[in-house]
Amino acid sequence: MPRDDGIGAAVRRKEDFRFITGRGSYTDDLNRPGQAFAAFLRSPHAHARVDSINVSPAMAVEGVVAVYTGQDLADAGVNGLPCGWQVHSKNGEPMAEPAHPALAQGKVRHVGDAVAVVIAESRTAARAGAEALEVAYTPLPAIPNMKSAKGAVATVHDDVTNNQCYDWELGDEAEIDAALAASAHQVTLSLVNNRLVPNPMEPRVAIGDFDHASGEHTLYTTSQNPHVIRLLMGAFVLGLPEHKLRVVAPDVGGGFGSKIFHYAEEAVVTWAAAKLRRPVKWTSDRSEAFMTDAHGRDHETTVTLGLDADGKFNALKVITDANMGAYLSTFAPCVPTYLYATLLAGQYTTPKIYAGVRAWFTNTVPVDAYRGAGRPEATYVVERIVEEAARQIGVDPAELRKRNFIAPDAFPYPTPVALEYDSGNYAGTLDKAMAAVDYANFKSRQAASKAAGKLRGIGFSAYIEACGIAPSAVVGSLGARAGLYESGAVRVHPTGSVTFYTGTHSHGQGHETTFAQVIAERLGVPIDNVDVVHGDTNKIQFGMGTYGSRSLAVGGSALAKALDKVEAKAKKIAAHLMEASADDVEFKDGQFTVAGTDKSVGFGDVALTAYVPHNFPHDELEPGLEEQAFYDPANFTFPAGCHICEVEIDPDTGRTEIVNFVAADDFGNIVNPMIVEGQVHGGIAQGVGQALLEGCLYDGDGQLMTGSYMDYCMPRADDLPNFKVETQVTPCPHNPLGVKGCGEAGAIAAPAAVMNAVTDALRSAGVSKPIDMPATPSKIWSALNGA
Amino acid sequence: MYNFNYQTASSADDAAAKVSASDEGKLLAGGMTLLPTMKQRLAMPSDLVDLSKAGLSGISVAGNVVSIGAMTTHDTVANSKEVASAIPALAKLASGIGDPAVRNRGTIGGSIANNDPAADYPAAVLGLGATIVTNKRSIAGDDFFTGMFDTALEDGEVITRVDFQVPETASYIKFPNPASRYAIVGVFVAKTAGGVRVAVTGASPCVFRASEMEAALTANFSAGALENSSVSANGLNADIHASAEYRAHLVGVMAKRAVAACS
Ligand SMILES: Cc1cc2nc3c(=O)[nH]c(=O)nc-3n(C[C@H](O)[C@H](O)[C@H](O)COP(=O)(O)OP(=O)(O)OC[C@H]3O[C@@H](n4cnc5c(N)ncnc54)[C@H](O)[C@@H]3O)c2cc1C
Repeated sequence: MPRDDGIGAAVRRKEDFRFITGRGSYTDDLNRPGQAFAAFLRSPHAHARVDSINVSPAMAVEGVVAVYTGQDLADAGVNGLPCGWQVHSKNGEPMAEPAHPALAQGKVRHVGDAVAVVIAESRTAARAGAEALEVAYTPLPAIPNMKSAKGAVATVHDDVTNNQCYDWELGDEAEIDAALAASAHQVTLSLVNNRLVPNPMEPRVAIGDFDHASGEHTLYTTSQNPHVIRLLMGAFVLGLPEHKLRVVAPDVGGGFGSKIFHYAEEAVVTWAAAKLRRPVKWTSDRSEAFMTDAHGRDHETTVTLGLDADGKFNALKVITDANMGAYLSTFAPCVPTYLYATLLAGQYTTPKIYAGVRAWFTNTVPVDAYRGAGRPEATYVVERIVEEAARQIGVDPAELRKRNFIAPDAFPYPTPVALEYDSGNYAGTLDKAMAAVDYANFKSRQAASKAAGKLRGIGFSAYIEACGIAPSAVVGSLGARAGLYESGAVRVHPTGSVTFYTGTHSHGQGHETTFAQVIAERLGVPIDNVDVVHGDTNKIQFGMGTYGSRSLAVGGSALAKALDKVEAKAKKIAAHLMEASADDVEFKDGQFTVAGTDKSVGFGDVALTAYVPHNFPHDELEPGLEEQAFYDPANFTFPAGCHICEVEIDPDTGRTEIVNFVAADDFGNIVNPMIVEGQVHGGIAQGVGQALLEGCLYDGDGQLMTGSYMDYCMPRADDLPNFKVETQVTPCPHNPLGVKGCGEAGAIAAPAAVMNAVTDALRSAGVSKPIDMPATPSKIWSALNGA
Repeated sequence: MYNFNYQTASSADDAAAKVSASDEGKLLAGGMTLLPTMKQRLAMPSDLVDLSKAGLSGISVAGNVVSIGAMTTHDTVANSKEVASAIPALAKLASGIGDPAVRNRGTIGGSIANNDPAADYPAAVLGLGATIVTNKRSIAGDDFFTGMFDTALEDGEVITRVDFQVPETASYIKFPNPASRYAIVGVFVAKTAGGVRVAVTGASPCVFRASEMEAALTANFSAGALENSSVSANGLNADIHASAEYRAHLVGVMAKRAVAACS
């Protein structure tokens, strides 16, 4: 009988008791003795010269301890924030990589850019001090969007005269142009992938601490990857060696990518704590989060698909402009290139693909990875153009996809855009989704809606993603300045309970449960006897953190390897106890047995023997039972599937209601189906948010127009239908658990499904010109009324 | 938030006196508008005079008049049996304001004193021709809302209650702003003893009566009667959520739906 807490069981999340009883420990819950508080003065201008900063009025505010400006940091030898990925332009030149000072030096480049920090005895005093600072600005012409960046009416950075970060390409443009020209059909779309504000529930917090006696610096921070922060901040910004810098990311309330990056505030509080010899705490408020957390997406794309007379895809050409914002955030350059263009084959056999990507600096908040990071943008391009092609050439969109799918027996499948897909069954998930949505009867539902004065539409999104990020050698060759393996250590305690130390980081994903289930399955111990530890560089040997749906595929593989080692050693101990040869020992359900005998010893007894080694093979083994493993993946994993959305539009108001949403996903093997379903729900909610509700807007002066929830529309429960979520299992062939990753699928798949459905509904009313996300009621009403 | 003095008032007059005696005092009702403004440091009153103990909450029905105390929360109105049977449209309007937390704090007095151009209650006050009673006088609904965030209230004047005449029939339909859920357009339609009234909120800087629609409905109280009457987009609000033209169109749609919903 399978365990009720092992692999495949829908175990309730172990961590939730702590969270729902208010016992989580988030960074803002931490307070260090003698702590002071930091407040940042932020630029009200999108672009301005900072002529002078008069700190005396701030110093005069009661409770203010210190004020630091960019000059103070420069004088102290504090460097700017590094970028973790270097992209080269097609002419071979490295990307433009302008300085990114932690506090402005001479110029501010977006609304919210930090000008100075005030440290005081209380938050209130720090804010009062920041308000008292006198800064003389000379406003400069702002570059609020990519169109004005291209016009180069002004330059965001003096040393980047055309505002361009890079002009990158993948593929042979002339060859693809020729293939397109030779195609029977050419279909073109212009698409905007709207800028999003990540909005994790918990805003960012950073506490710097310094132990003068030991010389150890500690940063408590809301991070998805504390070791990466230690590396970036320690080695590049502050010049602190790893053994004197501890980074702790305790319970973290969501990140969606925005907490991957190294932010200025982290460096400033760590530096100031050492300078002042007292802890310094900064807590972002929601308004600050809107103008300082790295934003997501913000692409403008023109895509052309060439098809032959039978509807086979001949060639795809994609030209994309990507907004980097004012500075390069940590991983920004790779998002519109290696995480985007490499996915443009989608689930199809398109033989020729070209992608040209230009990245631009603008006077806006930096843009970086956000749930899906590049892959949602790729899926959006591919699935919108495929559906558009189907409609234009008059082939059913499901049928057109099936004609072009990579066949299940064609794996491993090298795409023309540098990836090798490991496994998949795309017709399988399409069929599942079509059955779940009852595609066969869509036309009659559409007719019923029409009779009721509503417009009904249906849209597909057959997505693929590259997850399990990533093989270090591959990403290294593509410009990553880090490796992307993972580490894990299994510590078996003397009585057989287990602590697992993982370099991944859980900020909502449920690792404490999922990893415990893997251990329970392997070692035969109940999951209540397993704890998972993460988020502290002093406890975990090393780790690259959590993003790119990598935790189980990479971190779980490190766990599996560590468990192999534990099992191998435990078998030897068991063999000694049973006076058998280790080769004859079998391990199952927590019991070691010797084949063909009735000898048996339990896992707990073996653990105890390892720590109380009275009767122990000392000549062969060391005491103790603890093993560590690093795992560097052989390839990406390729979760894929099909989402179908059905909408009903009220033509009188333009309001869209999602009346049906189904997802059929292939995530490989599944450890906890309930957690997976939750991840899919959350992802779809974010995808629907992008498609219908969310959009970050700047006005012509670079002022943020959507700086609060009054104007920035987050998806709410009543915006969403009940999802029908199904899975298909095509195991990953190259990692030990056969898992692929599920964290981003919903956000990757949903926008195209929703927008294809909206487009279909509009088309039923004779509107063929597509609209861009978010498809708000006002946009739809305008489209229906010819505006 | 800046520091301020906190005071409680035992009555409306006490509150008025305390506000007048302070430097830049403000009345505090549910705090759902005032406190966020203070947290963002956009307002810095010297004193907050809390009305929660001033005896201003409660609902009473006498004859044809429903009286709602200024400090009555949206939630209380939404769940009041008296209101539901006398003026169901008012209960429904209250149930559609904000979220449960906001409805449990926010008050009718605070809402209409604030006169947010996108607030719901002003449409009911104007649409039902209600009377606003203060510690000093009674103000007709038609005279109360004087402009964006502006009312006929004098400095320190305290709303004590709002009196609603029970209409023959009434209905309120709003098209919510997808982000804030305030009204992009809300239309309150009522058939009252004094005639048909159509009040529109959200569409313009201040709640207003749509007189052309009122005339059409007076002649024929049916959604179809509104087919040929419209509201001009001129002077209507325009923002990232809705253009003036779209708002003008929505006034027509919401008005028709409101009439259709009148039983
Ligand atoms: C998240 C959120 C969503 C919301 N959504 C909606 C919505 O959908 N629709 C809507 O209509 N409203 C909405 N509101 C507003 C809310 O419903 C309240 O009505 C509003 O905030 C004011 O009521 P209050 O009791 O909180 O007043 P307060 O915030 O305490 O006071 C507001 C102003 O009125 C003055 N005042 C208060 N009481 C009196 C009185 N008796 N006499 C004279 N002056 C007085 C105060 O001095 C202050 O200037 C929302 C608010 C929030 C925070």
